[in-house]
Amino acid sequence: MQEPTRSDLPSPAQVSWPILSTENLSIYYGDFLALRDVTMAIPERKITALIGPSGCGKSTLLRCFNRLNDLIDGFRIQGQVFYYKQDLYGETVDAVQVRRRIGMVFQQPNPFPKSIYDNIAFGARALGLQVDLDELVERSLRQAVLWDEVKDKLKTNGLELSGGQQQRLCIARAISIKPDVILMDEPCASLDPISTLKIEELLRDLAQEYTIVTVTHNMQQASRIADFTAFFNAQADEKGKRSGYLVEYGTTDQIFQDPQEEATRRYVSGQFG
Amino acid sequence: MATASDFPPRAQAAMAAVASRPASHQRLGEAFWTGLAGLFTLLALIPLLLVIGYVLYRGASRLDFEAFVSLPPMPLAEGGGFANALVGTVVMVAIGAAVSVPFGILAAIYLSEFSSGAVARWIRFATNVLSGVPSILMGVFIYGIFVVTTRSFSAIAGGFALAVLMLPILVRTTDESLQIVPVSLRWAALGMGASKLQTVVRVVLPAALPAIATGITLAVARAAGETAPLIFTALFSQYWARGLWEPTASLSVLIYNFAAVPYAGQRSLAWAASLILVLTVLLASILARWVTRK
Ligand SMILES: Nc1ncnc2c1ncn2[C@@H]1O[C@H](COP(=O)(O)OP(=O)(O)OP(=O)(O)O)[C@@H](O)[C@H]1O
Ligand SMILES: [Mg+2]
Repeated sequence: MQEPTRSDLPSPAQVSWPILSTENLSIYYGDFLALRDVTMAIPERKITALIGPSGCGKSTLLRCFNRLNDLIDGFRIQGQVFYYKQDLYGETVDAVQVRRRIGMVFQQPNPFPKSIYDNIAFGARALGLQVDLDELVERSLRQAVLWDEVKDKLKTNGLELSGGQQQRLCIARAISIKPDVILMDEPCASLDPISTLKIEELLRDLAQEYTIVTVTHNMQQASRIADFTAFFNAQADEKGKRSGYLVEYGTTDQIFQDPQEEATRRYVSGQFG
Repeated sequence: MATASDFPPRAQAAMAAVASRPASHQRLGEAFWTGLAGLFTLLALIPLLLVIGYVLYRGASRLDFEAFVSLPPMPLAEGGGFANALVGTVVMVAIGAAVSVPFGILAAIYLSEFSSGAVARWIRFATNVLSGVPSILMGVFIYGIFVVTTRSFSAIAGGFALAVLMLPILVRTTDESLQIVPVSLRWAALGMGASKLQTVVRVVLPAALPAIATGITLAVARAAGETAPLIFTALFSQYWARGLWEPTASLSVLIYNFAAVPYAGQRSLAWAASLILVLTVLLASILARWVTRK
């Protein structure tokens, strides 16, 4: 089950040009400190899993990577987030361009109420890409392992698919514009084991070409698919407010088999949270 | 850590792409459209501001205590007021709302929550037709079936004419407000074992309430300002009506009657009545917004 090459992975801190990284990143919603002082680097074309108990700020961090948090009132950050070496919150950065390169798939499948075809073609049309849409739709659906199931009904509404198919449609939609990074917030949380396995295989395939950062509550899933794993935890301050922080980050093998922190060991072995 | 120039060319290109905020021509485009939209908003506001401003200018001078407590002046008289018309408008709009709000809302609930495709399509079509019927026809219609049979112009007849006018507005706005409540919310309630009726009453209606309240305000404001349906149904009266079955004055018909006469006393009163009407509509809208904000 384990990929033979995985144990040769260097620790993420040694990767020389991570595609995404944070430096002393703290994230606030209003006065509330949701995530404290995170410094981590995410290597290119690998799968990085974010794990940890509910409310420790995994989704919050994920949304920081493509500036989706900008849409939330009261959101602000301290510290820095880098895309390669470019500060994502820098003066000249265009959030729309960021999201075009750093795509996202959400926990709940959210196809547009349009046909399957139009769902996939949406990005290319919105960006005014001069491409063969038929070819784009087929390629994206094939990559998302959905083509065979829907090729005869591309005109039906995306909402009429099953949950697992909808989620693969959303993944196909995300990869249709060829982003560099795909952020996934518990992409399998609403799926059955078979759909889940399909998506896991899909992610392993996609990792040849794309960088994937995924949140998951499923320890087996993290150990099956992730190259790197980051464990977050939440800690109450003096006033009883819980802020998340990064406990430990390393290769998945190291986190699961040789965790350095007691909290990590207890969490990954299921004795906690 | 590596410096920027150590990154491979692919990464260099990617960084450049996100870091160059929209090319200036694109941003110009965006600024242009935003500016254009703003400009048209202003243009659309100008008539409103002019109307309010002019009515304020012409009407404010006669908006005294006497205007609220006395009856309309005779042609050559000075002073006087629109007390009976104000009360008449309030009473008839209240009758109109009392009749149309329950019917309209229940009809819309049936439409959006309980009816099946074909039936709903036809009812929606009929409502749209009804809302397109000129309001003077509503007046003639009520005149024909109500005023003629009861042999009297009356506040009741006026109220009914306004009710027919308000009905399609209410059905449409309520129907639309109910339909935009997400399906998942209904399923959440049904999934807890709530009956269809409980789901509608406890979950769907509360979620749609702000939008429905806005619809009611709209309908009331529209009815308060209508003249045509009242000319044939409530008519007008220089005096206090002795009951709901008597010809009844209203602000809008008073304005209609007095605005273009050669008598200065009546003309200035028409302006004051216009001002009251505008202020009432404005106040109602603000009130509705404020109530639904919470
Ligand atoms: N839009 C928001 N406004 C204010 N606070 C928020 C918002 N979103 C999240 N939070 C708070 O930030 C903290 C972290 O939330 P986040 O959703 O990132 O957790 P999570 O790790 O993704 O949890 P889960 O595993 O349950 O999805 C929580 O305390 C939450 O209440
Ligand atoms: Mg989350």
